[in-house]
Amino acid sequence: MKMHLDEKIWLILSFGLIMGFMLITGYQTFVLGMGPPSHMETIDPQKVDETAPFDNPGITQIGENEYEVVMTLAVFSFNPSNIEIPAGATVHFTLTSKDVIHGIQVAGTNINAMVTPGHIQKITQKFDKPGEYLVLCNEYCGTGHQFMATTITVK
Amino acid sequence: METAKTTFKEKANKALGISPEDALISKSYLIVSFTALLLGGLLGLLQGLNRAGLLELPSWFNYYQVLTAHGILLILVFTAFFTIGYFYAVLSHCLGGLLPKVRKMAWIGFGMKIFGFVLAVIPIIMNEATVMFTFYPPMAASPIFYFGLVFIVLGVWMLAFGAFLQVANWRKNNKGQHVPILAYFATGVFVLLFFGSIPVTIEVLMIIPWALGWVETINVMLARTLFWAFGHTLVNIWYLVAVSAWYVVVPKIIGGRRFSDTLTRVVIMLLVVMNIPGGFHHQIVDPGIAESVKYLHVFMSLAIGFPSLMTAYAMFSVFEKTARKKGGTGIFSWFKKLPWGDVRFLAPMIAMIAFIPGGAGGIVQSMNQLNQVVHNTMWVVGHFHITLGTSAVLTFFGICYWLVPYISGRVLTPKMNKLGVIQTIFWTVGMIFMSGSMHWVGLLGSPRRTSYTTYSDNATALSWDPYLMFLAIGGTLLMIGVIIQVYAVFNMMFFAPKGETEFPIAKAEDDAVKTPYWTERWGMIIVVMLLLVAMGYVIPIVEFIVNAPPGSPPFKTW
Ligand SMILES: [Cu+2]
Repeated sequence: MKMHLDEKIWLILSFGLIMGFMLITGYQTFVLGMGPPSHMETIDPQKVDETAPFDNPGITQIGENEYEVVMTLAVFSFNPSNIEIPAGATVHFTLTSKDVIHGIQVAGTNINAMVTPGHIQKITQKFDKPGEYLVLCNEYCGTGHQFMATTITVK
Repeated sequence: METAKTTFKEKANKALGISPEDALISKSYLIVSFTALLLGGLLGLLQGLNRAGLLELPSWFNYYQVLTAHGILLILVFTAFFTIGYFYAVLSHCLGGLLPKVRKMAWIGFGMKIFGFVLAVIPIIMNEATVMFTFYPPMAASPIFYFGLVFIVLGVWMLAFGAFLQVANWRKNNKGQHVPILAYFATGVFVLLFFGSIPVTIEVLMIIPWALGWVETINVMLARTLFWAFGHTLVNIWYLVAVSAWYVVVPKIIGGRRFSDTLTRVVIMLLVVMNIPGGFHHQIVDPGIAESVKYLHVFMSLAIGFPSLMTAYAMFSVFEKTARKKGGTGIFSWFKKLPWGDVRFLAPMIAMIAFIPGGAGGIVQSMNQLNQVVHNTMWVVGHFHITLGTSAVLTFFGICYWLVPYISGRVLTPKMNKLGVIQTIFWTVGMIFMSGSMHWVGLLGSPRRTSYTTYSDNATALSWDPYLMFLAIGGTLLMIGVIIQVYAVFNMMFFAPKGETEFPIAKAEDDAVKTPYWTERWGMIIVVMLLLVAMGYVIPIVEFIVNAPPGSPPFKTW
């Protein structure tokens, strides 16, 4: 196939652009450890309340300004809710659903993950700036979906 | 005898346009399509007004019901019926009229699809299937809803097989020749429709016994994955339909020639082959899928960007060449030589321009970290209103202004052309407002698929409200656009002055190199496609089955 010079340049640029995106994504995921939430553990979705650690949802301090939040999602609430943590805290969320598919999103942060029944999802975030963060469900889960929200207060 | 008949038919077709029987098929599909657009658009407006806090929906037809119906009407009915109506006209025109057998199949498929939609819509109206068009288990709708989906798929298969039969018959009678380019596009689209709908069919067959209570639990992640193997394919089907007009029709309308025939066919093949695994990027923030598997899928999604970038080059090359032939000069001022006042050019041109931000947004969503910022926010809704709602749909609208007169034996009047230009302006401005504000408010964190809420007057949520107001303004302009467009289609179909309209197919360049014959080997193309599908899906699906958690019982949460 005969090609003009500008066409060749364009094809090489296009190819390079896509390869560049791949390299950036790969570097972030595998070198910087910024991969998307992809936890692999499973759980019986009908026995969440009896299975550790979800038999005792809540917030525990696990290090210096480091916390673990064990949270269950069910129509139409987060348990625990209205979380309070000090500024600069690193929070490890361990999440599962007791019924349908939910999504957890914290506005103003990069917390955004699907929480599906039968799977345990994990995501970590450091909260530097004090304030009240809105936590909401971003996957349609039923008639009360728009009420499924809570807050994280960083002091 | 047989061949004599076809050549006669071919000649008759060239002289008189489409046969009345074939025209009736396309007209019927377009009537359903644009009726769905009117209803779906109206439901979209209701949603936009509700989301901006301007309108409260009654409890007997709530936001989520409206949203489910809006999605089904526009994503499954409007686009699918348009695609089929258009490509059956293409097959009839380019391949010498539909075979009687194929015609019959088109009608059976039509009946099955309509029957399926009626079955699916009844439970939606009764609030028994408020599960959105994605119907993720373990939300369980009334089994009737899923039966409806089965009939829709069977109808689609019937039409795909009809198209394959038609093309196979032409190839038998025209050995060694290349299938005409638009029929080649049609083949690609129907291959994708058939293979892409297999995963969702398996999903629905998994759901039905569970929704009926015969099976207690369902594998949620497996169902979700099968859904997206279909869901993203649908996206590229719309794109392929639009691209067919960009490559073949638009050059003719501006008085030019087509870009390289080989490249066109390669782009079609790439879009067909790489498509199905691309759907995985909808699951970038899902649990239960390893990071390495997700990375493979980032690659498979981004690769689809390559044929799109090639298309961008091809289109602008055709525009420049044509405009320069007409005396256009300068680096950019040749742009003025393009027929901006012709709706058949203006609408698809704006559609192409919209694909620049639309495609860039698609790349954003394909990448891990950026996806995590926008996943399930209004940003996504803005993205597909600019890609599907503008790039694809505005091209569909542009096609109407010659396709409808062509199948109806009527002509496009200057007055109707002007109305089309006005419609295009309404659509463009409406989309800029709506899609623009959706993208922005999504970046700020506003979720998709959520009815009006301030989350008990949370300050963050309240700060989104001004943007949502722009969404309502955009939605209103779009509704005006829908009304004009539906009026134009029905007017051109039944009331416009009688006459002959040409089916605009641009010729290849005079000095074009002969297209290599391997582009015709669809068997090979399908094998490559299946290999890529296997590469993308075998590992995660085996993982979901082998390491499956105990399944989920059905829930009705609405
Ligand atoms: Cu929820």
